[in-house]
Amino acid sequence: MSLLEISNLHADVAGTNILKGVELTINAGEVHAIMGPNGSGKSTLSNVVAGRPGYTVTKGDVRLNGQSILDMEVEERAQAGVFLAFQYPVEIPGVSNMEFLKASVDSLAAARGDEPLSAAAFMKRIREIAGELSLDTDFLKRGVNEGFSGGEKKRNEILQLLALEPSLALLDETDSGLDIDALQVVSRGVNSFLREDRAVLMITHYQRLLDYIKPDFVHVLSGGQIIRSGDASLALELEAKGYGWLTQ
Amino acid sequence: MSEQSQQNASGLDALVDRDYEAGFVTDIESDTIPPGLDESVVRFISKRKEEPQWLTEWRLKAFAHWQKQKPPQWAHVQFPEIDYQSISYYSSPKSMADGPKSLDEVDPELLATYDKLGIPLHEQEMLAGVINSSNVAVDAVFDSVSVATTFRDRLAEAGVIFCSLSEAVQDYPELVQKYLGSVVPMTDNYYTTLNSAVFSDGSFVYIPEGVRCPMELSTYFRINERNTGQFERTLIVAEKGSYVSYLEGCTAPMRDENQLHAAVVELVAMEDAEIKYSTVQNWYPGDKDGKGGIYNFVTKRGACLGDRSKISWTQVETGSAITWKYPSVILRGNDSVGEFYSVALTNNRQQADTGTKMIHLGQNTKSTIISKGISAGRSENCYRGLVRMSPNARGARNFTQCDSLLIGDECGAHTFPYIESKTPSATVEHEATTSKVSDDQLFLCQQRGIDTEKAVAMIVSGFCKDVFRELPMEFAVEAGKLLEVSLEGAVG
Repeated sequence: MSLLEISNLHADVAGTNILKGVELTINAGEVHAIMGPNGSGKSTLSNVVAGRPGYTVTKGDVRLNGQSILDMEVEERAQAGVFLAFQYPVEIPGVSNMEFLKASVDSLAAARGDEPLSAAAFMKRIREIAGELSLDTDFLKRGVNEGFSGGEKKRNEILQLLALEPSLALLDETDSGLDIDALQVVSRGVNSFLREDRAVLMITHYQRLLDYIKPDFVHVLSGGQIIRSGDASLALELEAKGYGWLTQ
Repeated sequence: MSEQSQQNASGLDALVDRDYEAGFVTDIESDTIPPGLDESVVRFISKRKEEPQWLTEWRLKAFAHWQKQKPPQWAHVQFPEIDYQSISYYSSPKSMADGPKSLDEVDPELLATYDKLGIPLHEQEMLAGVINSSNVAVDAVFDSVSVATTFRDRLAEAGVIFCSLSEAVQDYPELVQKYLGSVVPMTDNYYTTLNSAVFSDGSFVYIPEGVRCPMELSTYFRINERNTGQFERTLIVAEKGSYVSYLEGCTAPMRDENQLHAAVVELVAMEDAEIKYSTVQNWYPGDKDGKGGIYNFVTKRGACLGDRSKISWTQVETGSAITWKYPSVILRGNDSVGEFYSVALTNNRQQADTGTKMIHLGQNTKSTIISKGISAGRSENCYRGLVRMSPNARGARNFTQCDSLLIGDECGAHTFPYIESKTPSATVEHEATTSKVSDDQLFLCQQRGIDTEKAVAMIVSGFCKDVFRELPMEFAVEAGKLLEVSLEGAVG
């Protein structure tokens, strides 16, 4: 059974049909990259999987571990293991990062029927992860994304990814706006997330991310459909030739 | 008391007795008087509490004045005219032994709310009789009568007086007579005049010179009986160089009809004294359609009489059908400080018109106002605040920050700041923002596994952080949980 199966997925945003029959299967242990021209539906795809309000599925199905998730609430999908790293993380003023992570980790534990982690154990774990991402402890006391730089926001998404331990990570242009150092830190974080029972779907415009996080498969999304799939070499080809030769 | 006045008092007693015979047909054993208000009711209350003559006369004077006064009309709230003759003005447990002794005897609806809060509230502890485990001294006012004041001995060692106002009238009459009505004049407004005439009980605190009160003081107010008004008075006097932190909690069971709560709180701070007064108000707000709930028409005012004195109001208001209150500070002493930190949350059909008045009289006086209004459902939430710099308030400063948060699109948020400056050297700053709980914020929280209600509560509590951190530690947690409960159903 595949971790994620997207079949014949059609979706509208604000009355406009964006996804027009996406087919994609992701197995546990795999890393997939989705590339494609602007406006091809890449972000829409990740938002539809996460269940963002305003994105309407008109046809097809999305299954996680064999179960359709289309009727599930956003938080239920999250509890089932779907994680979306946002392209533009929003601020929640006054709610500290630590507080937010605790609420999040506790909610996921409760959904699994687990006891919540003790405050001390939780803090210790979060501090360790923050250390791996070169974030100092002060960062954890600041409001969620409040006044963060672009790089800090992206690193914060990865901090959440590592703290929440989902089975499927959707990374929506996590590399955009990062300098080389930050890109390395973020990539290290994603690589440490990877395990046999987990998978990553990265949306990116740039081949350079794939130098740091090696994809097993690269897909080209264009006009709301996946028009080409290949291995890592496809990304290099795209880097050299652009998308024109595929869409003509 | 002089012989002369004793004679007068006994003469008055006779009069009160006669009035009582004529005025009441109800069995007095019940200790709840029937609805209605006239002079005999005022006399009855005073007699019942065995008050000295000056206080009976004080009440009667207030009552006479009240009959000529009109209720204030300027607030941004709407409600049908109150029938003051349908309210009962005195109710008490038949004896102390009739007060609740364990949680089993407490309204299950209230306990259900506590369960949702999921934390051992100090009120709950107090009711359960486990208060000794907590370092908070509590006075509980059930309906009209103060039923329990804990820790009195320990406080007495420090020289602190903490008792019900009725007891203070008996035991410390000169202090009560000196300060009662000294900050909030008897006839200040319609509701204070009514309160002055019929006030039932309340708390009295006296901190002697140089004493730092060794623990938090707390009063728990609860309206229990049907058709009962609650008119308590609190009086706190902090002598030179003293400090006290005081917290009041308020709850009421669910009732279909509206109930009136018209309290008066007076604070007096002498030279270098500091009073910190915190309120967590959770009166029954009425149901989804606005049926029932408490009318909370309260006058709270503090006087910084001495130089360098400080009065700080912190309030978290989530309850009441209608809230009408403006905890204020009169900054008379030079270099005195007034603070107002407020969270007012309205949901469903609740209406709140609340804020503060900072009256700067002394030189270099300083005030800070942080107001956070949260509106959800179809509620109306107003901030109304006055900052007045009088001609002598040279170098006075005020900073006001007034933020509104909207949840949904059927609620209202309004800000009415009044600034009067008659001193060129005074500085007044006012900042205001209005924001909404955004769909993106909710989506982020949900995507991280947090359900909508928890997410909204978390976002709102972040919005209120500047105020929560002013609350005593244990109450900050309680306040956060209270917001969560009050916001239930606020989002689709």
